[in-house]
Amino acid sequence: MIPPAFEYARPAGVDEAVRTLACAGEEAKVLAGGQSLLPLLRLRLAFPELVVDVGRIPELRGVREDGDTLVIGALTTHHAVLHDPLVRRHAGLLAAATATVADPAVRHLGTLGGSLAHADPAGDLPAVALALDAELVVAGPRGRRTVAAREFFVDYLQSALTPDELLVEVRVPKTDGWGFHYEKFHRVAQAWAIVGVAALVRRDDGHLAEARVALANMGSTPLRATATEEALTGADGPGAVARAAERAAEGTRPARDVSASPEYREHLARVLTRRAVLTAGEMG
Amino acid sequence: MTRISVNVDGTTYEDDVEPRLLLAHYLRDRLGLTGTPIGCDTSNCGACTVDLDGASVKSCSVLAVQADGRAVTTIQGLAKDGEWTPLQRAFHEQHALQCGYCTPGMIMAARDLLRENPHPDPDEIRQALEGNLCRCTGYQNIVRAVLAASGQQAPGAAPAPGPEVGEEVSA
Amino acid sequence: MTGQAVEREVGRPRLRKEDARLITGQTNWTDNIQVAGLTHLAILRSPMAHARLTRVDVSPALRRPGVLAAFSGADLAEGLGSLPCAWPVTEDIVLPDHPPIAVDEVRYAGDPVALVVARDRYAAADALEAIEVDYDPLPPVLDLETALAPDAPLVHADKGTNRCYTWPLVTGETFEAVRDRAEVILKRRYHQQRLIPNAMEPRSVVVTPLAASGEYTVYSATQIPHILRIMLSMVTGVPEHKLRVIAPDVGGGFGSKLQVYGEEALTLAVARKLGRPVKWTESRSEGALATHHGRGMIQDVEIAATGEGRLLGLKVDLLADMGAYLMLVTPGIPILGAFMYPAIYKMDAYAFHCTGVFTTRTPTDAYRGAGRPEATFAIERIMDELAAELGLDPIELRRRNWIRHEEFPYTGIAGLTYDSGDYEAATDKALALFGYDDLRAEQRERNRRGDRVRLGIGVSTYTEMCGLAPSRVLRDLRYAAGGWEAASIRMLPTGKVEVVTGTSPHGQGHETCWSQIAADVLGVPFEDVEVLHGDTKAAPQGMDTYGSRSLAVGGEAVHRAARTVVEKARKVAAHLLEASEQDLEFSGGVFSVKGSPEARRTIQEIAFETFTNHDLPDGIEPTINAEHVVDPENFSYPHGTHLCAVEVDTETGRTRIRSYVCVDDVGRAVNPMIVEGQVHGGLAQGIAQALYEEAVYDDEGNLVTGTLADYLVPSAADLPDFVTDRTETPATSNALGVKGVGEAGTIASTPAVVNAVVDALRPLGVHDVRMPCTPERVWRAVKEASA
Repeated sequence: MIPPAFEYARPAGVDEAVRTLACAGEEAKVLAGGQSLLPLLRLRLAFPELVVDVGRIPELRGVREDGDTLVIGALTTHHAVLHDPLVRRHAGLLAAATATVADPAVRHLGTLGGSLAHADPAGDLPAVALALDAELVVAGPRGRRTVAAREFFVDYLQSALTPDELLVEVRVPKTDGWGFHYEKFHRVAQAWAIVGVAALVRRDDGHLAEARVALANMGSTPLRATATEEALTGADGPGAVARAAERAAEGTRPARDVSASPEYREHLARVLTRRAVLTAGEMG
Repeated sequence: MTRISVNVDGTTYEDDVEPRLLLAHYLRDRLGLTGTPIGCDTSNCGACTVDLDGASVKSCSVLAVQADGRAVTTIQGLAKDGEWTPLQRAFHEQHALQCGYCTPGMIMAARDLLRENPHPDPDEIRQALEGNLCRCTGYQNIVRAVLAASGQQAPGAAPAPGPEVGEEVSA
Repeated sequence: MTGQAVEREVGRPRLRKEDARLITGQTNWTDNIQVAGLTHLAILRSPMAHARLTRVDVSPALRRPGVLAAFSGADLAEGLGSLPCAWPVTEDIVLPDHPPIAVDEVRYAGDPVALVVARDRYAAADALEAIEVDYDPLPPVLDLETALAPDAPLVHADKGTNRCYTWPLVTGETFEAVRDRAEVILKRRYHQQRLIPNAMEPRSVVVTPLAASGEYTVYSATQIPHILRIMLSMVTGVPEHKLRVIAPDVGGGFGSKLQVYGEEALTLAVARKLGRPVKWTESRSEGALATHHGRGMIQDVEIAATGEGRLLGLKVDLLADMGAYLMLVTPGIPILGAFMYPAIYKMDAYAFHCTGVFTTRTPTDAYRGAGRPEATFAIERIMDELAAELGLDPIELRRRNWIRHEEFPYTGIAGLTYDSGDYEAATDKALALFGYDDLRAEQRERNRRGDRVRLGIGVSTYTEMCGLAPSRVLRDLRYAAGGWEAASIRMLPTGKVEVVTGTSPHGQGHETCWSQIAADVLGVPFEDVEVLHGDTKAAPQGMDTYGSRSLAVGGEAVHRAARTVVEKARKVAAHLLEASEQDLEFSGGVFSVKGSPEARRTIQEIAFETFTNHDLPDGIEPTINAEHVVDPENFSYPHGTHLCAVEVDTETGRTRIRSYVCVDDVGRAVNPMIVEGQVHGGLAQGIAQALYEEAVYDDEGNLVTGTLADYLVPSAADLPDFVTDRTETPATSNALGVKGVGEAGTIASTPAVVNAVVDALRPLGVHDVRMPCTPERVWRAVKEASA
């Protein structure tokens, strides 16, 4: 199908992009790699008056270190994230999950920032950002602000970005030494996760000192499995992990759709959490 | 209308386009480069895969304006002076196509894989082609073809092919 | 000039002639066609499953830039007939009118309600949004059983019923009689979900008018240019001789392009009205609504057997979802299956009844296998259940009941005469390749340990009827056309050969295989043969491609036409070599006189002699061209044994195919490489039905799997490697000995996979999992069995 007509702007820098967005208000859509936006346009599920193509802003690409934090430009493509040595060394969970996003061609254009700003609870990377306690740096007419991942995902396809704001950086605390695993459950390779579980664990002397578990597609936003996380603290073996994982669906509100019922999603969340934590902790 | 300049298969084109024009439609309807087909509207099937500045993309999910100033290679730009690339040859020799609709995208995606991973194993090939759907072949001969193009022996290879098409058979 | 061909072509894995254009992007898909003044048609479709149209106002669309015309159904009603159904299976079938565009009522989500013609696709798509339509909702009809209740809302109110027809086939003893003496009776209900064929090339139509003479060329992504020409003439009133239909390169069909579609008639009608060339191309999501679906049945199956596992009888009651209208062969699809439920087994009673039911959904029609996959699924599933019930190995149960190879030809309970086959040979070969005994041992061990991931083994010893078909049988089934196929061979003056076929390939490789057949008979090089097809001007006579018929009927026609060419050439050669015809030998394309090998003429030289006609005697027509129309006396019956091993994670419900082995007997293989490719693709589609694909509708009748993001066509990453092999028992219904291979893999594989899934879970108390066997369905089955 064919996208509806729209005006097009291609700002050269962040300031210009923000000014353009501020003028356009609610009727503008930001185009990064376009891998979420283009299908929506083609199915005529979105009718923006203006598309602001930020894809050529060089300062929004690339990965750098800032002390204990990795700073990833919002326009860094999935492919670049996946192959970036800094990401692989300091944020292995992000690399592992990014490898499961869509397919190679989509990963060449799709961007980390675009995936997060799209705020699809079924997406892999919002859950990963949540697990990593990432911070999202947002530029707007009033300057820059930093939003914690926990605050960023507001509702289904809705982020904390206001219409005049642009996501510019993703700040990811390094997780050197942490075990990690992203467990994605889908029916065919290309499909969205029915449920995804991002697990990060820090081991200390044979038990889990700290664990973070984030769930994809278990509600209108990605969610942290807080009950499980608490129960995992101090877990010293597969039995303890299994017991903690039994609480993974607490506080979730999964949807019913063509691929799964809420009940099944809750079951999967428990099973996949157990598997993800055991793999992350090399305990299975 | 937005002015764009795109190099496609070695030729530079300048055109005024609607910003919403899809790269696939630009190639097909404006440039007449119909070797790149369109198979879906959700970027799932991969039939329209082309190379954009050295990386595979699905041209139905890229705006022509996004290709401004960039180089596009399509299936029609692969063979030089009538000489097929090893991948094209392997697809032919391993019977990796039937109706052929997915084939341009499949070859472009496989080309992308071999650039990053010159000697993929069958699992890596299957994973790399997850974004390209084929309804005819069941994929097995496509995997064989990619293995063959990378100089590897395909496990359980297709029956030994006969002489090339066009090759003399008569005594 | 050439000498003798050194090797026979038939039986060689010849690389395909078709490939060169396909791998270089020089293909001629319908949507590639550009002509001067081309306009674009876009179609507004009903978003509701069932509603009265109270207002369709296209005038706002006319004010949009670039719009040439816009039409409602009422605007086009005059001069457009009903779309055809060529298979009214019973005398009293309910056959509703099927306007190509809805006039006063829409009956499925996707039913066309208005058209726009614009200068380009973008303008046409935009203008659709301006059209104003008011719908007065009517209740949807979605459930096959409640649709038959006396008070059910009706799809076609004027017909007074949603029952389309009931078609019986009752043979042998009565089922009740054998039930009385049976020691085991099993009754099962199986669901054949709806499937969306999803040929990779979306449908497309281009019509170019020559207004002055009232001639039209219709390009369509169709499997059936010849049938389409006749039917379009009847629907639109354009005289048949003024219509030329071309199927250019066609990107797959699988039955979905075996159709006379409303869009084909509408594009022609609009081009005729405007006097301009018009193109319509569906998007994938539009096609999900507008291109016919496959399957869609509820099967109640009852089987009766002795305690030793000898089958006594089979009873089948089908409810078949017709969708909203009867399209080209909609009602006949379940009937194609009716003869296949008894499969390869001997029994004393068979009772089959099928009731077609109208629903407010996209019409169903042929999809790869068309009736036979459904039948094979039901019998092969219940055979595995019966084996479990009797405590027999499923292979052993089959051995006790199948037709032994020395019993062929064998007329089975459904009345078909199977001409050849060897089920023992195919099965033994498959078991060895599969490592059946080792896998069974591993399965027992894993069951004993209570593994979380269980191993299951599924069996499918299928046969099918294909090579459609004897025209007289089709008459008896009330099919409106014949089953013959035509071929002609033109010997060109320079010795090159044109083979003209009435088959219409869309991926099968006819150009290659027909060349092999003709090259062998004529003794000319493979490369000297060109195959012409898919254009009613170039190949005027044909019945097209579907039902695995092309080789068994069309290939046979090529074979016979080539033999006639040789016989005609023999007369000319006898004259030129001054010998009697009886004294001539023909080998490798050369006529020579017995005993004096220096006296020789090639068939290609003889073609030139007929061109000049300088030296031919009186009474010999100066041509060795020939044509042949073949109408076989029987169907052909491929068969084989498929074995599937799956691993099922009982905790998540995920199924992984661990190995898949099939040994198919498709008769003689003209090109074994192409045969293997057809089997691979067939397996993929059959496995997809078992595990992945389903057209899902919500309670309002909206298709919720309308894109490839929701309708899960498996990719390379989702499918295994297959181990394929063949046995060869030649068919006797054609001289080539071929049976057809287009559908075999699809027919066989679905029950093999589901049998394997159920086999894995049987120790947990599971007896069935509904298709597709999604992880959730498997998980629920395990949960419910353990509850």
